[in-house]
Amino acid sequence: MRKVIRIAYIALILFFLYAPIFTLVIYSFVDTPVVSIEQIFEKGFSFGLYKKLFTDPDLMKIVWDTLILALIVAVLSTILGTFGAIGIYYHKGKFGKMVSASSQIPVINAEIVTAVSIVLLFAFVFSGSRSYFSMVIGHMVITTPFVVLSVIPKLKQMDGNLYEAALDLGATPMRALWTVIIPEIATGILSGFMMAVTLSLDDYIISAYTQPAGFKTISTYVYGAMAKSGTNSSLPALRALSAIIFLVIILVVVLKNVFARKKENA
Amino acid sequence: MREELKVINKAPVVFEPTEKKGLRFSRKHLCIPYGVFLACFVVLPLALIVFYAFTDKDGGISLDNFVRFFTNTTTLTTVIISVLLALATTLICLILAYPVAYILARSNLNRGGTLLMLFIMPMWINFVLRAMAMKDLLTLIGVFGWNNYVNVVIGMVYDYLPFMILPIYSVLSKMDKSYLEASKDLGANAFQTLTRVTLPLSMPGISSGITMVFMPTMTCYVISDTFGNGLITIVGKLIDEQFTTFQNWNLGSAIALVLLVIMLVSMWVTGGFKSEDIRGTNL
Repeated sequence: MRKVIRIAYIALILFFLYAPIFTLVIYSFVDTPVVSIEQIFEKGFSFGLYKKLFTDPDLMKIVWDTLILALIVAVLSTILGTFGAIGIYYHKGKFGKMVSASSQIPVINAEIVTAVSIVLLFAFVFSGSRSYFSMVIGHMVITTPFVVLSVIPKLKQMDGNLYEAALDLGATPMRALWTVIIPEIATGILSGFMMAVTLSLDDYIISAYTQPAGFKTISTYVYGAMAKSGTNSSLPALRALSAIIFLVIILVVVLKNVFARKKENA
Repeated sequence: MREELKVINKAPVVFEPTEKKGLRFSRKHLCIPYGVFLACFVVLPLALIVFYAFTDKDGGISLDNFVRFFTNTTTLTTVIISVLLALATTLICLILAYPVAYILARSNLNRGGTLLMLFIMPMWINFVLRAMAMKDLLTLIGVFGWNNYVNVVIGMVYDYLPFMILPIYSVLSKMDKSYLEASKDLGANAFQTLTRVTLPLSMPGISSGITMVFMPTMTCYVISDTFGNGLITIVGKLIDEQFTTFQNWNLGSAIALVLLVIMLVSMWVTGGFKSEDIRGTNL
């Protein structure tokens, strides 16, 4: 009996979390501006919205721009954050503590506060000009601390003597870093990279405040579309986009689990 | 034998040959680029917020911004509304999330972590798209538009629920099971064990979940804008309006500074968060 209640409860919450997503997926096959039951019977199922998505040059540009931005941001913040984490972890002095403390600020700070602070900086230093640079910096401010957060636990798990052994055996600190430390913390670096990609893709507020004129990310575009369309419904082609994103995420998760299992079994 | 090993372990031979020579590379120098980055793009911008908050449009020092913020009834109403909305969201998230985390951590339903994965996956979908999906569903079943406040709370709970489940789960799954056995042995019933043992021990997870849900719900105006038909303003939107619509950066900075202080105090009260609790970094 208790087990039934437990399963029912879990199912209920999962239903709450997934019902909107499944609705979206179903209606991504119904070429209608209004999401309603009657529309299914009227319009039937089709790939119309997917066709619209892939043939709309503006939408495709936004999708690619968002993805490329996320990749650039993730690569840069992974490099900066990985070395930053190593530095913080082995720096026992005041400077290390200060870096570590200020690294926490963007994580706990409200995104709007981070966003306006960057706007002030660029107004002050770069006389207010928004550019691709300001947007990359804005994204990096929120993603890099998360890279640091995912690398530090791996450094803690690592056997500290390995590095010393490498030095004793004649490796230069640089070589010891590349051949000993980096491989040991590789999983942390990878999950930091993934986090950076997700955070960048997910972000709305920082993008809204730092994106240059004529540039839109998926988030800022969808927000704009939703604000315009009022209470009724969102831009239909976006449903196709969300369905694809959802499919990609499922694939990534499944693949990641399969690889993790294989590793465990090996 | 064991004692000997311990002694050896206590005094590891540590030497960093490069350290003494000063300028040569050592791994601790790696935090310099990141330190410079943070100084330029995190600390300096926050200093600018403080500067703008305490000055007026001509650059003269004044407390006018704070006086305006704290004496204006409209802004104060906004603050009260956002606190109430955030409280409602956080409370509902907590009530919904605790049993989920408990079941995931305790029962064998979550073997292999697949079920936990299902709860985390929605977090990886762009949150504006997720909000759009929820709005479509509410429109479909005809609930949308009944009450703007209810809409906003539903939207917020939907977006932030996983953020509450994760930290509580991570505390519960690490909890030493022998406490429960001890409690049972000492004659406590299931309810007493829950209220006297499990709940107090899961407080770190609960408080970090609260921090992660409460602050964003007070400030992230995307949900309140899209679910509230433009009729609900929260604190984050106040800052946004000052920076975009009214172009009063000084007042905007003052409100941002107030938020910053609230955040620091709440971090201090709840004791902060753990890195592995955020967005499934541990997966």
